[in-house]
Amino acid sequence: MEYFLQQLINGLTLGSIYGLIAIGYTMVYGIIGMINFAHGDIFMIGAFIALATFLILTSVLGFAFLPLVLLIVLIVSMLFTAAWGWTVERIAYRPLRGSFRLAPLITAIGMSIVLQNFVQISQGARVKPLPPQIQGGITLMQGDTETGAILVQLSYMQIIIILTTLVLMAGFTLLISRTSLGRSQRACEQDRKMASLLGVNVDRTISLTFVMGAALASVAGLMFLLLYGVIDFYIGFLAGVKAFTAAVLGGIGSLPGAMLGGILIGLIEVFWSGYFSVEYKDVAAFSILAIVLIFLPSGLLGKPEVEKV
Amino acid sequence: MASDTTVPSASEMKPAGAQALREARSDAGGPPVKRYTLRDTLIDAVGAALLTGVLGFFFLALRTEIAPGGLDITTRWVLWFTAVAIVFVGRLLLNLFVFRTERPITRRLRRSSGGKVAVRPGWVSRAIAIALFAIAAFLPFLIMAIFPGQQRQLIDLSILILTYVMLGWGLNIVVGLAGLLDLGYVAFYAVGAYSFALLSTHFEFIGFWTALPLAGMLAAFWGLALGFPVLRLRGDYLAIVTLAFGEIIRVVLLNWYEVTGGPNGISGVPKPTFFGYEFTRGEDGASALLGLEYSTIHRFIYLYYIIFLLALLTNFVTMRLRKLPVGRAWEALREDEIACRSLGINTTNTKLTAFSIGAMFGGFAGSFFATRQGFISPESFTFLESAIILAIVVLGGLGSQIGVVVASVVMIGGIELLRNVGFLGNLLPGFDPVQYRMLIFGLAMVAIMVWKPRGLVTTRTPSAVLKEQKKIGADMVSQGEGH
Amino acid sequence: MSIAAEPRVPVAGTSVHRWETDPVLTVEHLTMRFGGLVAVGDLSFSVGRGDITALIGPNGAGKTTVFNCVTGFYKPTEGRIVMRHGAGAKANLVEKVTGSSARYETDKGSGVFLLERMPDFEISKKAKVARTFQNIRLFGGMTLLENLLVAQHNPLTVASGFTFAGILGLSSYRKAHREAVEKAVYWLERVGLVDRADDPAGDLPYGDQRRLEIARAMCTDPQLLCLDEPAAGLNPRESTELNQFLQFIREQGTSVLLIEHDMGVVMEISDHVVVLDYGVKISDGDSGFVKNDPKVIAAYLGVDDEAEIDVPEVRAEVTAARHEHEHQADPQAARDSN
Repeated sequence: MEYFLQQLINGLTLGSIYGLIAIGYTMVYGIIGMINFAHGDIFMIGAFIALATFLILTSVLGFAFLPLVLLIVLIVSMLFTAAWGWTVERIAYRPLRGSFRLAPLITAIGMSIVLQNFVQISQGARVKPLPPQIQGGITLMQGDTETGAILVQLSYMQIIIILTTLVLMAGFTLLISRTSLGRSQRACEQDRKMASLLGVNVDRTISLTFVMGAALASVAGLMFLLLYGVIDFYIGFLAGVKAFTAAVLGGIGSLPGAMLGGILIGLIEVFWSGYFSVEYKDVAAFSILAIVLIFLPSGLLGKPEVEKV
Repeated sequence: MASDTTVPSASEMKPAGAQALREARSDAGGPPVKRYTLRDTLIDAVGAALLTGVLGFFFLALRTEIAPGGLDITTRWVLWFTAVAIVFVGRLLLNLFVFRTERPITRRLRRSSGGKVAVRPGWVSRAIAIALFAIAAFLPFLIMAIFPGQQRQLIDLSILILTYVMLGWGLNIVVGLAGLLDLGYVAFYAVGAYSFALLSTHFEFIGFWTALPLAGMLAAFWGLALGFPVLRLRGDYLAIVTLAFGEIIRVVLLNWYEVTGGPNGISGVPKPTFFGYEFTRGEDGASALLGLEYSTIHRFIYLYYIIFLLALLTNFVTMRLRKLPVGRAWEALREDEIACRSLGINTTNTKLTAFSIGAMFGGFAGSFFATRQGFISPESFTFLESAIILAIVVLGGLGSQIGVVVASVVMIGGIELLRNVGFLGNLLPGFDPVQYRMLIFGLAMVAIMVWKPRGLVTTRTPSAVLKEQKKIGADMVSQGEGH
Repeated sequence: MSIAAEPRVPVAGTSVHRWETDPVLTVEHLTMRFGGLVAVGDLSFSVGRGDITALIGPNGAGKTTVFNCVTGFYKPTEGRIVMRHGAGAKANLVEKVTGSSARYETDKGSGVFLLERMPDFEISKKAKVARTFQNIRLFGGMTLLENLLVAQHNPLTVASGFTFAGILGLSSYRKAHREAVEKAVYWLERVGLVDRADDPAGDLPYGDQRRLEIARAMCTDPQLLCLDEPAAGLNPRESTELNQFLQFIREQGTSVLLIEHDMGVVMEISDHVVVLDYGVKISDGDSGFVKNDPKVIAAYLGVDDEAEIDVPEVRAEVTAARHEHEHQADPQAARDSN
């Protein structure tokens, strides 16, 4: 029981990170119907920017007050990563707007390769370790087993991650449902041509979608950095694939779906590692994706697609 | 009934589809001709430079290094400033001469390549194909005659390119003809390679030539097994499930130590024999059998001809299939699945045949890969490999056999040649072109797609002709899955 | 006006209709619900062998839904759809197949097919029902000839020895291929497009695309051809040509079921007209009968146009029929289905 609870908490934490990345996939898919393969690498870029900012603030400028440092790191990495997201869209996707379906998919894969290799060359291929910054936590429960005591701990780190995710999700939902930007976004999702006829600046709306997706991915990057303490140029691929899996699982195009899918993938992965085998955790996540899609092709929260004849 | 009155969206208006695309394109690509002043141009270039500065700050100007006691941060202001300056100058020049001028210097290039496809008479493309075939048939000897110093590397490179040509042709059946987006093609390549490696290391009597059909059949079987549940999925869902399948296979290969050897892979995969004779030194070697003096190059030439024949087989079968009902059904499926069903075509079976035949050729290529390397490990079967094969198919032009050849030569050949341009390293100290291979590969992918979104060869050849063969422009041809 | 002279009830045995004695297709108690919406409610009608039958009705009446049920693209919520090969109503055989778990039963050119049990491709392949689409669905990137060859997929697949003989290039397949091309050319000549056989279908003008789609459907050798608004977007001359073409198809022994808005087309060529409104059948009979059925006039002219009917008796009947009709159907539900 204690073990289960602990895994549940861990799964929720990991799931929050996947969910934040998945939102970027789902928004882009919703608005222009393409898999933004480079999004996982945008997440990786965000993690690197967060790392560098953190180092500048702590070791160069000598800031010591951790909450302030983290806040500045968050803002800086969101801004700079957003610039990356904007640029990727501008270079690789905008010229292909209205073109054929596979062309932007290939440029996205190309961009993903470019970003990975750019970071590998400019920052080196070795992993970057960061010692744990936030330690301690709340002990929720204590249980005794044959092998010894098991603590159910909710670390401060996990609290921060889950809380930040919740706040961002709430703000984001408001943004999409209440503001004019959200309205233009939903309009473009429905019918891009009509939206542009009604005076919605489609290019700008799409750019902003990428900017927002990248900003959220950078938050996920920062959390990943703090949680695992190790990043390299290759973390984007697997995290990206899993986040996309999460977006599809939740029903692509649906924001709550992305979050739900992210949490489910996180839970599946953590429970599988906890109870069965660590090696096959990715197999579990992907197999469940395949099973869900086969029986529920529009995902958990997606709108079922009626075949138009 | 719903569809009676709903306004048809662009994708629904099937006959007008191509036209609508063309319109959409002219909408997007043709802003009204505007005269740019030098000031605008400068502002634009400054903007680009600033953006570079922002993007590059954390990656070029700063570098995190592992140092004793944690991470250290070093600065590289010169590198950063150089990058910004290069972007400024580059953008300025591009603006002045290409983007923002009434007479771009590239306009002749554009006219010859981008505009309406000139209808080439059939014999020209046939002549090109025959010429390519002739070159490929004698390539090892041409290489030996022209570059005797580098014959080994060059023949090896040719083998590599041909492997990708074969993989591209195999995937072309799935993506190019049937219009099914498969992001996990490498899985079948892996199945082929591991089948051969395992069979040959466990059973003495199984050599390359016995294992080859078995490996192909196993891969085809896997194609069926995977395809059966997932082929009902549409477009991108299919893509993501195939990607997931590719990853599953790789993770299993990586962790199933007892059988696959895990990350260590399988070594000692036998070399192909020549009618039972191996390419070894001595009396009973294949070289001696042919009355030649032993040389290591013979084995490379032999490998070259094996993959050449395998690739030819793939091409032959594909070309034949295109003219058969099943091939025509693939293309019809790509154009309009619903119409196919209304004509009595079992679309599930049709998709399965495409998937499994594509997988079979992937399996053949895989066993060739295993025998060529003599060693395989999960390293060789990553998503990047799938992405490269897909890129070759799309860059070459979906459904085009020649396109795959051109794209393989350009992408694989070009990238591998970077290994050999050592002089660049002397030119710029610290510049190691090998390191930049994949970066350049990615950039080339983006650039080619932006330049030619339909790939290098953009026409479709009809599979049946009544009077006169006319090539079909790419804007007519659909890319599958309701788009 | 001769309204009063027409028989009110078509079933009255004054004339024997083919759709009663020799139906090629019967739709029985067909209901199709989408969630809570009833797109088609308890609809029954028959299509006579060798007839041209028109399914008409205002927008949103559920005509295309009926088509999609008949051709297997939708699975009906309730009801039975029977296709018959060979003359006669075959009542016993129909009941036998319905009682069994089989989808169809055939015997030497005659057979009974329960379409609601069959997957869409089998309806074309086995039951020999072909269809066209409201938004034309051609293979735009393939040539006209290729389009018509795809339609002959099933016989050609058998001739190619399920691909194996074809790969080896056996002469039996080459012969079958030649015959398929001949058949394609035959239908291309019929629709006057043989000169464009090697052009991509997507290049054709709209009217030609419509005719090509019909020709393609004919290449599947259908016993029943379902046409979804074949005259939509055609100019008067093309419409006339279409009428002649449909007559020709009928003479070839293929029954025709068509959805149409263009009353000129419907009344001129149809032997039998079924009128739907809000998913319910409101009239059924030959064209003369339907043309003068007050319910039809009410449904077509709508509420506002009532005053414009300048024949007082008709106006009175229309008003009465409209009231009756509004009680029958739940207009709100059907309107929502749009």
